[in-house]
Amino acid sequence: MCDNKISTNEALIPHVAKIINVRTQTHDVKTFAVVSSVDGGVMFDHMPGQCAMVSIPGVGEAMFSITSSPTNTAFKEFSVKRCGILTEILHGLEEGDEITVRGPYGKQFPVETDFKGENLLFIAGGIGIAPLRSVINYARANRDNYGQIDVLYGARSSSDLVEYEEMTKEWANDKNFNVHVTIDRAEEGWEGNVGFVPTYLKELAFDNNRTAVICGPPIMIKFVLGGLIEMGFNKTQVYTTLELKMKCGIGKCGRCNIGSKYVCKDGPVFRCDEIDELPNEY
Amino acid sequence: MKKIALANMNALYEAIAKDMNLYVPIDNKASVNYAEWKQGDTPVFDKMTVRSAKDAFFPQCENMSTFSRDDDNRIIIDKIKLTEKDFVVMGIRACDVKAVAVLDKVFLSEPVDTFYKARRDHSILVSLSCSRPEETCFCSTFGIDPAEPKGDVAMYIVGDYAYFNACTDKGEKFLNGVSGLLENANDTDVDAAKAATREIMTKLPLHDVTTDGWGAGVLEEMFNRPEWEELSSSCIGCGTCTYVCPTCQCYDIRDYNGSNGVTRYRCWDSCMKSDFTMMAHGNNRTTQLQRFRQRFMHKLVYSPTNNDGEFSCVGCGRCVAKCPVSMNIVKVIKTMGGKK
Ligand code: SF4
Ligand code: SF4
Ligand code: FES
Repeated sequence: MCDNKISTNEALIPHVAKIINVRTQTHDVKTFAVVSSVDGGVMFDHMPGQCAMVSIPGVGEAMFSITSSPTNTAFKEFSVKRCGILTEILHGLEEGDEITVRGPYGKQFPVETDFKGENLLFIAGGIGIAPLRSVINYARANRDNYGQIDVLYGARSSSDLVEYEEMTKEWANDKNFNVHVTIDRAEEGWEGNVGFVPTYLKELAFDNNRTAVICGPPIMIKFVLGGLIEMGFNKTQVYTTLELKMKCGIGKCGRCNIGSKYVCKDGPVFRCDEIDELPNEY
Repeated sequence: MKKIALANMNALYEAIAKDMNLYVPIDNKASVNYAEWKQGDTPVFDKMTVRSAKDAFFPQCENMSTFSRDDDNRIIIDKIKLTEKDFVVMGIRACDVKAVAVLDKVFLSEPVDTFYKARRDHSILVSLSCSRPEETCFCSTFGIDPAEPKGDVAMYIVGDYAYFNACTDKGEKFLNGVSGLLENANDTDVDAAKAATREIMTKLPLHDVTTDGWGAGVLEEMFNRPEWEELSSSCIGCGTCTYVCPTCQCYDIRDYNGSNGVTRYRCWDSCMKSDFTMMAHGNNRTTQLQRFRQRFMHKLVYSPTNNDGEFSCVGCGRCVAKCPVSMNIVKVIKTMGGKK
């Protein structure tokens, strides 16, 4: 359904984008809403799970997942965690400032095929909610296509929770939609669950009649996947995303090559049984 | 088949260079490399170029776009013009011709790399049948016949003549363009020379290297072999092998901050370098063993897995000749190959 082929002449030339809104999510995560500087549009179509190269000319370029849903036709959003030079400078930008964006890159989550008609369980840690938010809001906008939806989200502390407002005020009020939030250590004033994501997952004891999508730090993914397998899930029911260094985004520069795959075009979305076929260097 | 007396070659170079850029191997005293032919230059066809013809299509460094800011701090992007002038690369050996086909697979597949495509569209490849293979050559390992190179036109230098055979329509047109300088010849005129080259190949030190054990679908087995440890231990990660390699295509994209704005360029990069996969928050290949393994697994396993069994080594021997610690793909192939 999504065959927005990258125009060949423009393969590496970005769009100029204007920041129209900046939301401060945590002390180190900000979410930027951008539109085309030329016509105020969304620059290109994308599907949940796809990424784009965001750049400040003269500083650098890096790949980010598009956190807004394709059903948002007003702007595109990127949630950016401050962890290097580019992200540091991005965090200093304000409404009205310009950046460049090119994409979309990579494979989408199979929202129109394998996910259809399924109960969905999203499990995310920290900034890992960013790519999943696109799928979640896509599923909410096409609610009849999916069954029960559960989101299990964890962060180090309550002040590290990304999109907390949206998930508790909007998602949680939807029909057949449960949001389970946890933080690593107890805090004054926090009434929700305390504990690591993999532990909370076991406590919640989901049945295996659902498709699971995991995104977060590699160590969390590892333990969550182990937990799901124990709970009777098959690897073919579990999806995740890989993150490797990228430069071109179009399978040419060799940067993101792992085994016979290029994460920029064959990923970042992988089904967990596909990951087993890759050499262990991600 | 057409021919021209070697004594008249200068007239041919002149005729070609009139409308097109002509690149030929030139000995600049330091090394033999492709350079643009100028009046007075004498190409050197009997020595292997240190760098391959890759530079002609995928230069070591090329600008992709420029960025500037207007008075309101708005970003203005200017695209770099694509190659528009036809050019001829003359003297490419069979291995390097095959290497161009390997690069084509990468850069011409969707989404097409337009910088590369413009150069390929405007190029005419005049290949050269080898008469003096080097000790480091092992193209036959990959089924390449050095006596019968492909390209748009195949060139054979035998006795006092250079012979030409068109292999493509483009090559045919090219030869027609200079037909006034050429005389008719028989295909059989070069047969003895071809046979002699093939004979030499069977006597070269690396003639018995085979790809047994390598290829599509052996990822798990080869990736986990203990021999990588020993093989990679001497590699200093200098990247020489990747730069001289005609099929290595990894590149970096960088911005240069000049006084007139920002130039975004790409330049060759190397999977052998320690920061190749470094991200702001981590690196997935932290040891030289991992990086070394990546280069050879890519050429000998991942490429064939993705390209119907085609290896991305053409046996040109450049990395064999140039590695400062004498480590190379032949040692890797042999150490873990099926022969052992
Ligand atoms: S194999 Fe040799 S040429 Fe290649 S990076 Fe290592 S030391 Fe340098
Ligand atoms: S790996 Fe070495 S021998 Fe093979 S094509 Fe590259 S430089 Fe030539
Ligand atoms: S980012 Fe260049 S090949 Fe994937």
